[in-house]
Amino acid sequence: MADARARYWRSAEPRRSYDVVIVGGGGHGLSTAYYLARNHGLTDVCVVEKGWLAGGNMARNTTIIRSNYLWDESAAIYEHSLKLWEGLEDELGFDLQFSQRGVLNLAHHLGDVRSSLRRVNANRLNGVDAEWLTPEEVRAFCPIVNVSPDLRYPVLGATLQRRGGIARHDKVAWGYAARASDLGVDIVEHAEVVGFLRGPDGRLEGVRTTRGDIRAGRVALSAAGHTSVLASMLGLRLPLQSHPLQALVSVLLEPVLDCVVMSNAVHVYVSQAEKGELVMGAGIDAYNSYAQRGSFHVIERQMAAAVELFPIFAHAKLLRTWGGIVDVCPDASPIISATPIENLFINCGWGTGGFKATPGAGWVFADLVANGRPGELARPFSLERFTIGALIDEHGAAAVAH
Amino acid sequence: MLLIRCPWCGPRDEVEFRYGGQAGISYPSDPDALSDEEWADYLFMRDNPKGEFRERWVHAHGCRRWFNAVRSTVTHEIRATFPIGEEPPA
Repeated sequence: MADARARYWRSAEPRRSYDVVIVGGGGHGLSTAYYLARNHGLTDVCVVEKGWLAGGNMARNTTIIRSNYLWDESAAIYEHSLKLWEGLEDELGFDLQFSQRGVLNLAHHLGDVRSSLRRVNANRLNGVDAEWLTPEEVRAFCPIVNVSPDLRYPVLGATLQRRGGIARHDKVAWGYAARASDLGVDIVEHAEVVGFLRGPDGRLEGVRTTRGDIRAGRVALSAAGHTSVLASMLGLRLPLQSHPLQALVSVLLEPVLDCVVMSNAVHVYVSQAEKGELVMGAGIDAYNSYAQRGSFHVIERQMAAAVELFPIFAHAKLLRTWGGIVDVCPDASPIISATPIENLFINCGWGTGGFKATPGAGWVFADLVANGRPGELARPFSLERFTIGALIDEHGAAAVAH
Repeated sequence: MLLIRCPWCGPRDEVEFRYGGQAGISYPSDPDALSDEEWADYLFMRDNPKGEFRERWVHAHGCRRWFNAVRSTVTHEIRATFPIGEEPPA
């Protein structure tokens, strides 16, 4: 067993200058740093994080991993990510508690059923594993789901992605941080970006942080809910709105749920962590916010849905609720893009579903930053899509429970 | 839960309202004259400030009227609510 006091990664003092500065030390920022070094040989890289490593959305999500999105562009990037997940423990040499226990997406009305079947067929055409289960098959797969037709929103079936599952979020961040650090990447915590360095001609030359100025050949924003705040310092408007997204855990329970169950229609998604707590996510709060907390009625509604779907949860005690700030795009798809500002690249807009994309997003964003132009997987997710109208509307597959 | 003062009905629970996003986005007077960039800006680009935000709400389960609010996106404090077309108190 490793010394508990040993650090997984090297906590660096910021140097004056780097080839690439990544703003945001969450999952995406760290995986981007790792793949810059591993895939592109770029090791003169610094990750600046305003708080502690992976203390934002990476610490607050419900850790669901799947790739069963509707459109070709999304299926490609999320499936790329899932394939990376499948080899990630070996890749990083880290136990990530990655568990492909299957993800059910419940359908509660005829529209749900039709869009779910369409999604299953689209997934299969894209090489993504997908099955349609009848209510009886749902009960066989997950016996504690109430499939009674008497429910207000009865379970009419479900899609199942058997390769979907969960992972331990913190360990994913620590794994990427450790291996990026081994390859020479500097990880600088408690360094908040408060401005940008511009040359006499307006050229972007680096970042101003609370731990001093850092010059950079390229700046890669990976700041989730705070991307708009950073972009606004550069006069860049983005199609993002920041919202609270709440989640909660129950007290520790005996094993009762061995898969992931999601329901977009009644807004709840749940899995049981290795330790025993039920981990549940709610819908976003409607209003814009940077407060990392939301309104309690959202939790109440989510609990009502959870107890109706899982009567056995009725006596579980709520242990803790929290919120993160998610950056939502109008089409519920991310932005991985160069920008009108030379040397500025952005990876944002993952909204309610960025955790599952941690390996894939880092991979394609690193490719974009290293080469200065998007690869096949990133190209559809450019900022340009909002001007040319090529939106990737994933509200059906993403909904609130991304 | 937020307590929101409807300009017509007074203070009510947040669940009676629906959110309408940034206030003051008007439909272009001559949409055909806009470039693709301007049209995208109208459709998709919105302010997303960390701090005071001027936004719309509708009293969906009350008088069903729209109004504007000035709210902090950091503390959620609502400084003012007022009818559309008016300015908030300074």
